[in-house]
Amino acid sequence: MRHDLITLNQWIDTDSRVLDLGCGDGMLLEHLVENKKVRGLGVEIDSDNITKCIAKGLNVIEQDIDNGLSNFADNSFDTVLLTQTLQAVRRPDYVLQEMLRVGKECIITFPNFGHWQARLYLMLRGKMPVSKMMPYHWYDTPNIHFCTVKDFELLCKDQQIKILHRTVQSAQGADSTIKTPHWYNKLWPNFLGAHAIYHVTR
Amino acid sequence: MTSAFNKAGSVGIVTPQTAHFEQPFKVSCGRELPSLDIVYETYGELNADHSNAVLVCHALSGDHHAAGYHSADDKKPGWWDNYIGPGKAIDTNLFYVVSLNNIGGCAGSTGPSSINPETNEPWGPDFPTLRVRDWVETQRMLADSLAIEQWAAVIGGSLGGMQAMRWALEYPERLRHCVVIASALKLTAQNIAFNKTSRTAISSDPDFHDGRYYQHDTLPRRGLAIARMIGHITYLSDGVMGEKFGRDLRSGTFEQGVESELEFQVESYLRHQGDVFSESFDANTYMLMTKALDFFDLAREYADDPVKAFKAAKCRFLVVSFTSDWRFSPERSREIVNALIGAEKSVSYAEVDAPLGHDSFLLPVERYNNLFTAYMRKVAQEHQSLPQGDDHAA
Repeated sequence: MRHDLITLNQWIDTDSRVLDLGCGDGMLLEHLVENKKVRGLGVEIDSDNITKCIAKGLNVIEQDIDNGLSNFADNSFDTVLLTQTLQAVRRPDYVLQEMLRVGKECIITFPNFGHWQARLYLMLRGKMPVSKMMPYHWYDTPNIHFCTVKDFELLCKDQQIKILHRTVQSAQGADSTIKTPHWYNKLWPNFLGAHAIYHVTR
Repeated sequence: MTSAFNKAGSVGIVTPQTAHFEQPFKVSCGRELPSLDIVYETYGELNADHSNAVLVCHALSGDHHAAGYHSADDKKPGWWDNYIGPGKAIDTNLFYVVSLNNIGGCAGSTGPSSINPETNEPWGPDFPTLRVRDWVETQRMLADSLAIEQWAAVIGGSLGGMQAMRWALEYPERLRHCVVIASALKLTAQNIAFNKTSRTAISSDPDFHDGRYYQHDTLPRRGLAIARMIGHITYLSDGVMGEKFGRDLRSGTFEQGVESELEFQVESYLRHQGDVFSESFDANTYMLMTKALDFFDLAREYADDPVKAFKAAKCRFLVVSFTSDWRFSPERSREIVNALIGAEKSVSYAEVDAPLGHDSFLLPVERYNNLFTAYMRKVAQEHQSLPQGDDHAA
């Protein structure tokens, strides 16, 4: 199993209500429905992804997160997920606030721009980093708000968001079954972690 | 765009059947119909435990003939042939599809043009006022007569979607899925206004005779044609009318120095649609159906709270809207979806980018077809995994 899933899994209760914002093709939600028996709802804007979710038997609604979550009641979900989407929204700070209004707890994952490879790329080449994980150019990327682990934690501090857990994963570990060594998380996560996973609450 | 539609098959030649109900039917307005005829068609095979039945509810001008052809000479198939048939979204290889003409209709089921046994005259304007719940109730009677304890899905577009939602509230145990396409919790004032204008066109036709035109051996053709023209304009979008007809002329000329009667293509199209409809549809049915549409408000008896209304529902929901539909706009569908979310029900929602307006729900639209098909495949997987045998799983 993918390591980011193992990490997420331990923070989500069986039978709980889960809202997955930007759920993509529903891979994560399907995993949680099967393994955690969650009552899940996905939110997505891509039409092909919506059909894929429906084909998996998932609940998914077509909605643009940038237009807010006002149709969801306060505390109506146990966990609200935002995986690999934070950097693509217009106002990450508003989205975070809305997530914490709708959900009791939130899980956010994003590519860490403070990762040493990104820093090295920019330093040596003087250009915005392009990698396998972030394959776009600066002008055509849907990822309009890149941040680092440090940036994210500063925002959390500003908004009085409580960080319950933080995990970073190596470039290989994020998308595979290769386990990221523990010392990554202890020693300089903003430098070593390519991929950040946060579990937060109010 | 139509590739998926061309490949799929047809249910072929179909023959309508009639279910007769001898016992009086208590109408929600308080009156009674002494007996009922319900004309219906079925497509596909009912499985051993009767778990694969799908009910298709028609909209304003629809009827029981949803798919296939009545004869080899038929030029046009049923009204939802794009989506019902072998390999289609409502796959007749997987489902047993039931499609009926609602009571109050004019395609064979008991309606204003039927004979009132008390007077031996057609009911005409004296036919009891119907509400969406009366259709659900009579559909339930048909389900009982076909030994269908639980529908795999109840499906409808527009007014049909209202029936599907009403099913979910009235008989929550009797459906597993509810598919609501281009519909609304209730009509807007603008929508009621369009219906009123259509009804006025009919009632002001001198041939209408207060609805007793059968006795005068005539039909309010002009009024009904205008009603249909108004409807057609609102079912299409500005964009698609522009694309389809533009400002093209059917006759006449724009030439300088020439005086001629102009007829735009769009005029000719509307006139044709109106003419065909006025010969084939009953004006009293049109009055009755539009009034039922105006009356409908899913949450009225639930303290006007749609969240409260949906609390009783047990099925899963698929809601679909079309971006260019301004008669039943995506906003109306989002109201349905948000109420379902509030009621903590299982719901999926797609807002399909289609240029064809309200009529999109009838027409071949690739994305709509893909997601509708994907949803129905999952519905089919459920009854395929139910225990088959004598003891029914419902």
